Amino acid sequence: MELRINGAAYQVEAQADTPLLWVLRDDLGLTGTKYGCGLAQCGACSVLVDGVVVRACVTPVAGVEGREVSTIEAIEDDPVGKKVVAAWVEHQVAQCGYCQSGQVMAATALLKHTPNPSNEQIDAAMVNLCRCGTYNAIHAAMHALAQGEKA
Amino acid sequence: MDTFPELAKLQAGETVNLSRRRFLAGTAVGALVLGFGLPLGIPRVQAATHAERGTQVPAFLEIRPDGTVRLLSPFMEGGQGPFTAMAQIVGEELDVDPANFVVESAPPGEAYVVMENGMRITGGSMSVRMSYPTMRRLGALARAMLLQAGAEKLGVPLAELSTTPGTVVHTTTGRSIPYGELAGRAMDLPVPDPTTLKLRDPATFRWIGKPVMRLDARDKSTGKAMYCIDITVENMLHAAVQHAPRLGMTVGGLRNEAEVKAMHGVHSVHQLPGAVAVVARRWWHAKRAVEALQVDWQEAAAGATVRAMPADFSSDRWVEHLGATQGPARDEEQAGDFAATLGSAPTKVEASYHNQYLNHAQLEPPSALARFNPDGTLEVWLPNQAPDMFRDDIAKRTGLDASQITLHSPLLGGFFGRHFLYESANPYPQAIALAKAVGQPVKLIWSREEEFLRDVLRPVATVKFRAALDADGMPIALEAVSATEGPTEALAGKQGEKIDPTALEGLSGKAYAIAHKRIAQVYVKGPAMLGYWRSVGNSLNDFFYESFLDELADKGGKDPFELRLHLLRDNPRLTHLLQAVGELSGGWKRGPFTAEDGSRRARGVAMASPFGSEAAVIAEVSIENGQVKVHDIWQAIDPGSIVNPAIIEHQVNGAVALGLSQTLVEEAVYVDGMPRARNYDLYPILPPSRMARVHVRIIESGAKMGGIGEPPLPAVAPAVANAVAQLTGKRVRSLPMSRHTFS
Repeated sequence: MELRINGAAYQVEAQADTPLLWVLRDDLGLTGTKYGCGLAQCGACSVLVDGVVVRACVTPVAGVEGREVSTIEAIEDDPVGKKVVAAWVEHQVAQCGYCQSGQVMAATALLKHTPNPSNEQIDAAMVNLCRCGTYNAIHAAMHALAQGEKA
Repeated sequence: MDTFPELAKLQAGETVNLSRRRFLAGTAVGALVLGFGLPLGIPRVQAATHAERGTQVPAFLEIRPDGTVRLLSPFMEGGQGPFTAMAQIVGEELDVDPANFVVESAPPGEAYVVMENGMRITGGSMSVRMSYPTMRRLGALARAMLLQAGAEKLGVPLAELSTTPGTVVHTTTGRSIPYGELAGRAMDLPVPDPTTLKLRDPATFRWIGKPVMRLDARDKSTGKAMYCIDITVENMLHAAVQHAPRLGMTVGGLRNEAEVKAMHGVHSVHQLPGAVAVVARRWWHAKRAVEALQVDWQEAAAGATVRAMPADFSSDRWVEHLGATQGPARDEEQAGDFAATLGSAPTKVEASYHNQYLNHAQLEPPSALARFNPDGTLEVWLPNQAPDMFRDDIAKRTGLDASQITLHSPLLGGFFGRHFLYESANPYPQAIALAKAVGQPVKLIWSREEEFLRDVLRPVATVKFRAALDADGMPIALEAVSATEGPTEALAGKQGEKIDPTALEGLSGKAYAIAHKRIAQVYVKGPAMLGYWRSVGNSLNDFFYESFLDELADKGGKDPFELRLHLLRDNPRLTHLLQAVGELSGGWKRGPFTAEDGSRRARGVAMASPFGSEAAVIAEVSIENGQVKVHDIWQAIDPGSIVNPAIIEHQVNGAVALGLSQTLVEEAVYVDGMPRARNYDLYPILPPSRMARVHVRIIESGAKMGGIGEPPLPAVAPAVANAVAQLTGKRVRSLPMSRHTFS
């Protein structure tokens, strides 16, 4: 099947029900998208499909045929994603960093649809788990982004 | 019996053998505690080596032509920031901006044994505090070598040279040479005598003590950071395992091997000790196939090398059993005459506390990649916090010489004590066996479910307190008897001659002036395999002690903040710390009071002295829908002196999150010998919605440098519990609070 990922076309041989996560990681070598739980519980595998954040660990690859998939590898090609990354660095969000690909994708998805989200909208969108407890740093970065501060 | 002093008898040049058995035997007799709470005066590993530690400059540093400095760090980066801290410390003396550093994990080897306790392990919040002078000196040695090379190149006396960041400068003529142009020659020079070096005056520090940006922030925000699970090598196959439902069980037979072998993408099916494995072209295929395997599991045979989990084990019943266990007890700490004081005291207080098992639940599932090379050598990539120990364990398992094993230590996707050498909880022995069996490199990933099945648990304890108050309501005697097994005892499989300090830390070592005290342990070997969890014994024991101290305050009619000040009146450092957290919170007020949003709230206070640092916490709580909501955590922390205040603030936030997680929601429950939860759906970890605001004050008292990764955690739970008690009148004597209901 043909997949469109980060603006490029890829031919992959995969069973229809293979999760997108494992096609990204093992077939295409795009390992920035992380495996955390496999049950859509933690959000480490968050990617964008047609601009909407989805959890790649439970998304069958056949379901994204003909759609535009964006992963963390191309995050800075997106003007919103670029700002999110800058804010993440500025606020020194990452500790172990393992969940942060997913956090950055979730943040980018929110801000692309809602450039100036309220606190409630941030809380509703930023639900990915982080065992290092970077939640306050994420909140600070999101708050700065929501206010349109130059990160 | 092997003991730690055997290490000192090794011949020079021999690999310092930190193999698990030898090492843990040492810990079991109390010679030292592995990576945590090391007692002073232990025999030193560096007795086995002639070179003074941390002086082999070329082993650590590569200065590239563009001036970039590559530093091999003795300590692993799992989020706590040691890579950045090492760059700050070395850079300060080397005279290179830490931003120009590239830091990677050093391989195993004596050159990297840099800690003042003669070890190399990332853990116990020891990395920076135990290597600080050595790593400074390393930077200074390298700078001296660059100056020497500069003197040769410029043909001027050494005394006329100085440096500016990244450059050797001839002070009189202003001529200069970048480090990158001198490094080739400099690294061939003999390392100078360290005693000839003058270190920088701390008053002139540019990077140490400053909020230097983390070196890994950008890569970790763009998906470029590589963890073990991400690594691939040519011709690599993928593997997944299905573990025995209970540790110790073995494979009797496979009922559908042929069908599974025929599944899409499957390369081969394997039987391993306590597990079955499928090797496949893709991990997803391996996982699906191995989960389809129908295995006849057999009960553990007598004499199993791992701790066999009984079929009737229940974590709740185990805690009841601990509570009913009377002794014998061994004393860890004794002062005055507890029994007599209690006997004659006007007021007595008793209470019993317990805690819960916990998983590490780091976001990166365990993995390992093994490759046998054509020359017979073995390369292994695996997450670890002590590369020498792991390499030596691999040598023992494979029969290879340590020199034939290359160990790679990638970034860790979460630390928390998960990456120690736990016999039953690491995937690398399986990955090595599979790579050997298939004759190709194999990367094995444990699914989240397999990880929850094999992760080692944070220990449980029941603690019985008794205390006496004098006629004024002041505590004058306190006894804590903990029925528990410490993690070091669990790893050793038995009780040592001395008490496992990781079992009682946080009950013992308290600074309060209570004249008569007794802290004791009833050792109860349990069926569940245990491990170290962030802040180890303090993670439970400070909850017990600091909660009970509030009970004493209430019984004696004292304010708990004032009582602590009174009990610390002769301790200026802790008095200052407690006053600082009070100030940080806007002045101590216990409540209950009505907040601006109309909610009823109260505050609690608690302190802890973990891993060489001092911490004081105030928590503000309310009750929402019958559950505890923590609004704010104020934490004052005194690690003596610091390297990076920004990283410390983030570590405090992280430790508070984990502390709240164990306080509010988290527990590993076993029923019928198996964990009830095998993923985050049934094992909740703190979600963003339950995080509190965190306010940090760092105090540099100038005392000996303490740790930072773990110390901000232990005082969180009791501060919350004390606030809850004040707000609701209900004293919580067990965690997590999700087991209780509040109104």
